[in-house]
Amino acid sequence: MSERKIRVLIAKPGLDGHDRGAKVVARALRDAGMEVIYTGLRQTPEMIAEAALQEDVDAVGLSILSGAHMALVPRVLELLKANGQEHVKVFLGGIVPDEDVPLLLKLGVMGIYGPGTLSDTYVNDIRTAMMAANAWHTLG
Amino acid sequence: MDLVQGILAGDRLALARTLTQVENGTAEGKSALSLLFPHTGKAHLVGVTGASGTGKSSLVNQLARYYRMPAGESTRRVAIVAVDPTSPFTGGAILGDRIRMRDLAGDPGVFIRSMATRGSLGGIASATSAVVQVLDAAGYDLILIETVGAGQSEVDIARLAHTTLVVEAPGLGDDIQAIKAGILEIADVLVVNKADLPGVENTERALRGSLNLAHPVPHRFIHHGKLEIIPEQSAVSAASEPLWVPPILRTVALDGTGIPKLADAIADHRAHLETTGGWEQRVRWRLQTELDQLLQTTLVEGFRSRLPAGAYEQAVQDMLERRLSPFQAVEKLVDGAGGLITEHT
Repeated sequence: MSERKIRVLIAKPGLDGHDRGAKVVARALRDAGMEVIYTGLRQTPEMIAEAALQEDVDAVGLSILSGAHMALVPRVLELLKANGQEHVKVFLGGIVPDEDVPLLLKLGVMGIYGPGTLSDTYVNDIRTAMMAANAWHTLG
Repeated sequence: MDLVQGILAGDRLALARTLTQVENGTAEGKSALSLLFPHTGKAHLVGVTGASGTGKSSLVNQLARYYRMPAGESTRRVAIVAVDPTSPFTGGAILGDRIRMRDLAGDPGVFIRSMATRGSLGGIASATSAVVQVLDAAGYDLILIETVGAGQSEVDIARLAHTTLVVEAPGLGDDIQAIKAGILEIADVLVVNKADLPGVENTERALRGSLNLAHPVPHRFIHHGKLEIIPEQSAVSAASEPLWVPPILRTVALDGTGIPKLADAIADHRAHLETTGGWEQRVRWRLQTELDQLLQTTLVEGFRSRLPAGAYEQAVQDMLERRLSPFQAVEKLVDGAGGLITEHT
């Protein structure tokens, strides 16, 4: 009877109101058999970390188009760590300029998926990361 | 055990982790449940059900906010379990109830957990009861359980909760919908949400009409020139539980209108259950349901593991080729395994 599902939180931190991309990603992860907790627009890093904790998610996807990623992403990573959730994988979507990518990856971001990314790319990346972290046998 | 100690000490990460284990039905989850079980039985479990789009999540948000007031002073801790459907095709799910509950973010006295149904059809997941037990043991005084958007027969919540709210909204069906069996029958409190919309009178009238058929109010009226009298009913109904007539309340979850009255009605229902013995009756009913389900799963699993290899597949094949009816197939399997009850060695 026991079954384990990958749980992913999809959130939009900051002030931009464009959630089309976040919804497309949520839908693609659902179709890949994952449980997606969608929290909606204008979340603070604190709200995101809190939701990630209560929901005990395996990964957090952040969609940011406002250009505030260098402020918001490190804060989310910091709060996750402070809550004892450093194992949670964080990935990004939205508009992230190429020159910011190396630093974000260095901070521990799992992947950055801009416009035009095929959904298979991030679905597979999440699965691989989960597999490596937990040595799961069956994945949704 | 670390996680259990953590939960009892109020560690939220330990709680979240344990909920995952319990939801996944792992051995660790089961042993945690056994250790936590003696600490359960204190929380008031309130189910919130109703059709999709009637505003269940927003209502739960407002109720939790109300229970947490006055801000910073309330000692009532509130947990929310919000259930959304799993896709029958991919096994995935989008759990979107938190979108409506952002007012509760940052309040350490509120814990929200989203769950997918994972194949259950009764409006909640099969592990919802276990998840609620963990939250109960963790010391949450009030646990709001929001079902999936329920149509007519998703009534499992009534077996889990002490108090069940059924949420309706204007414009969702005529008075025949209101007299069908199922979801309206399980209501302890009926809520007409979105009461600022046109048509709220019609919705309320249909519900009241349906309710009056079950609980006639005493009154006199002239019908075709004759005086008709509907007498007062005796206080004890034929049902095993003493009479409670579900109140019908109007709310607007967007701005909080009607929420204090709704909270009062929930408290009244609790008081009613406690004074009439209904509380214990409901708990007994829930535990019995749970025991039955566990017994079934365990017996079937144990039975199947004792079957000779291939016997089960053979029985299916025999049915497929119409050599055995389903009843005969069961008989054959039970005989083949040496009967249902065997001595343990």
